[in-house]
Amino acid sequence: MSTPTRSLAELALADVACVEHVGGERSFRRRLMELGLVPGTRVELKAVAPLGDPLELLVRGSSLSIRRADAALVRVTPGSRSEAPAAHAVAPARLPATPVRGAP
Amino acid sequence: MTTSEGASLVAPESAGTAASAPVVVLVGNPNVGKTSVYNQLTGERARIGNYPGITVEQRSGSLTLPEGGAVTVVDLPGTYSLSARSAEEQIALEALLGLDGLPRPKVVVVVIDAGQLSRNLYLTLQLVELGLNVVVALNMLDEVPENPPSPTALANFLGVPVVVTDGRRGAGAGELKRAIDRALAQPRVGHVAPSYSAELVRDADEVALALPAAWRDTKERDRALGFWALSSVDADDELRDIPLTLRERCAEVRARAEPRDIDRELIAARYAVIDGALERLYARVDRHPPKRASSERVDRILLHPVWGFAIFLGLMVVVFQALFSWSDPAISLIERAAAFLSERLTALLPAGIFRDLLVQGVIGGVGNVIVFLPQILLLFLMIGLLEDSGYMARVAFLMDRVLRTLGLHGRAFVPMLSGFACAVPAILATRTMERQRDRLLTMLVIPLMTCSARLPVYTLIIAALFPPSHWFGWLPVQGLLMVAMYAFAIVTTLLVALLLGRTAVKGRRVPLVLELPPYRMPSLKLTLRSMLERAQVFLKEAGTVILACTIALWALLAFPRTTVSDTTPPRAAASHVASGTTNPRPAAPPPAVEAEDRIRNSYGGRLGRAIEPVFAPLGFDWKIDVGIIGAFAAREVFISTLGLVYGVGDTDDEALPLREKLKAETLDGKPRYTPLVGLSLLVFFALSCQCMSTLAVVRRETRTWRWPAFLFAYMTTLAYAFSFVVYQGGKLLGF
Repeated sequence: MSTPTRSLAELALADVACVEHVGGERSFRRRLMELGLVPGTRVELKAVAPLGDPLELLVRGSSLSIRRADAALVRVTPGSRSEAPAAHAVAPARLPATPVRGAP
Repeated sequence: MTTSEGASLVAPESAGTAASAPVVVLVGNPNVGKTSVYNQLTGERARIGNYPGITVEQRSGSLTLPEGGAVTVVDLPGTYSLSARSAEEQIALEALLGLDGLPRPKVVVVVIDAGQLSRNLYLTLQLVELGLNVVVALNMLDEVPENPPSPTALANFLGVPVVVTDGRRGAGAGELKRAIDRALAQPRVGHVAPSYSAELVRDADEVALALPAAWRDTKERDRALGFWALSSVDADDELRDIPLTLRERCAEVRARAEPRDIDRELIAARYAVIDGALERLYARVDRHPPKRASSERVDRILLHPVWGFAIFLGLMVVVFQALFSWSDPAISLIERAAAFLSERLTALLPAGIFRDLLVQGVIGGVGNVIVFLPQILLLFLMIGLLEDSGYMARVAFLMDRVLRTLGLHGRAFVPMLSGFACAVPAILATRTMERQRDRLLTMLVIPLMTCSARLPVYTLIIAALFPPSHWFGWLPVQGLLMVAMYAFAIVTTLLVALLLGRTAVKGRRVPLVLELPPYRMPSLKLTLRSMLERAQVFLKEAGTVILACTIALWALLAFPRTTVSDTTPPRAAASHVASGTTNPRPAAPPPAVEAEDRIRNSYGGRLGRAIEPVFAPLGFDWKIDVGIIGAFAAREVFISTLGLVYGVGDTDDEALPLREKLKAETLDGKPRYTPLVGLSLLVFFALSCQCMSTLAVVRRETRTWRWPAFLFAYMTTLAYAFSFVVYQGGKLLGF
């Protein structure tokens, strides 16, 4: 991965990224991962609340809203859309949050 | 469960419960429509209780299966996984595994949302791994019509039966019952298993060796428990039934495994198997995930920075109006009915203690209880519609940013707003929040909001003790003071929320998860049902406490009975209803002086005089103290109690004679009640928890006296401290 990582909270609307690492204390990071934010997962920033928080994400085909402060603990590689294995014939513009299997 | 009873995790159903019906639990992620499936199963026979000490509600009901057998259905709190952190997740976990002395369930029905399949399958997978006798209820399939997952493919993937349900319309309930029946007769273990790495399996097996003998079972199940323990047991898990050897073993294995990340390996392996299956579950792989396009279009307006907030404000005005004004006719009607009944009974029965008890204690008390019903019903109607339509989740989404700064959840907004009308329905409304910690914190600050019962008290004090003058010639002092009281309440609520959130109800750092469900047409039937349920629970559980308190307060002010000959008893302060504006005067007003004497000599009066030195530093005399004691029934009862003390007979909100009396009261030739005393009294009423009904409802919601006691203690302390500072500070400054 040559692209530098940033936090999930830094994504712009409709950005797609790949989860690299989930930080925070154990129970916290475990919960985020259990909600689907496992490293290697593709995530899309679907919407931002009018006051800037929380963020609505699209993860594994499910939508999920989390607070910006929590999202800041998730490191992502932006724009990994192209790196996703073309497992399914997906229309790029409507690309759903297909999990990226086999990623680290 | 291919095994014998002896393999139950804990307490293989003890002799006491052996005869009772087998337990079927209902489990699922939050917001999957679990409760409506539960309602479909149990019909009208649901029983709502509470888990002691916390605000988590326990629902259970009985279900007669098609084959004739009866089972107990327990609706567990929503949970995302079995590695529990929040109070509701722990309850779900303990019930599923049979920890903490609970009977192990015979069948586990997991309700999953067809639109959020992968996240829901995570929990399902964990249940199947543990060898539980799982039946899947695939719910909300109708919401993904374009590309629904295939139930057959799902059943093949998991190796457990899958039933399509529609909790809202009731479809599939019969099929689900038959599936439960079959599962009871022939327990089945699912076959799906993530491919864990060899190291991970070794770790799990090692942990499994430390499992208590009663938990041991087949090798697969032991291993699954090993995986579960590895990811759940740690220094701060708060699980109650874990033997020390198991705890130590988990810590050892985890420490040795470093730098490997066991949590990540486990979770990633589970999601890998889910991801692999998704292709098979959908008819058209190119189209998953299902789009909820119409909802997204609505959201573009309802979550718009300008329109979204405008609509939000409009809706909240409606909710507030409903509580504040629309409930009024019903409330007056109840007050009038109670007053009418008292009047008739007073006329019918011979004077005496029995009549007083009946009229003032019992009728007053019952009136005190049902007077809350209009607001409770209206609020739950509103909440039901907001919740059911999916808008409540948007309220949280819109307001979370604001409430977060106070340590509160976005969903706290509606309950907090309701607190401006009345704390009792507002506290009941905290149920719309998912986490016990959020509920508790919200319910501890709601009583600080300026509820409508404080208004008559404020009006009296302001009108009696502050001159109707204007600042700068145009700013009315009295009106300004009223506005200031609202501002004061809001500021203190915010500060207290911040403080309590960091101390008394300190929560763990659990990521807040909101889900924005698709918009749906609210079901009036479900809403009405939940309204009635709430009302019933309130009447049964909080109502009895309120009734008992009313009678106790009546006794406090009515005893000891002096031998004053009278035909009309003093209107005991303990009646909320009797103080209403529509109060008909019973017979002739009592001789004022006698009533005053009676109050002075009553236990309440004595108590008031006994605590006079305590409240003297706040500028209060014993008369005000008696009023404060009486106000415990409901804040506005302060006025009628004070009316009794001053012998102006029965008073209403206008309370003109009482105002004059208060103004005329002197001490050493100067007015006894200065504006400074008034200010101190205002502050005291703003902050103190002079409301037994509030305490009764908190007790009902938490199932312990600990939290209402805490609420009362902290608010009284706060009230005392602030009033002290106001009065003593004011005196120092020469007022």
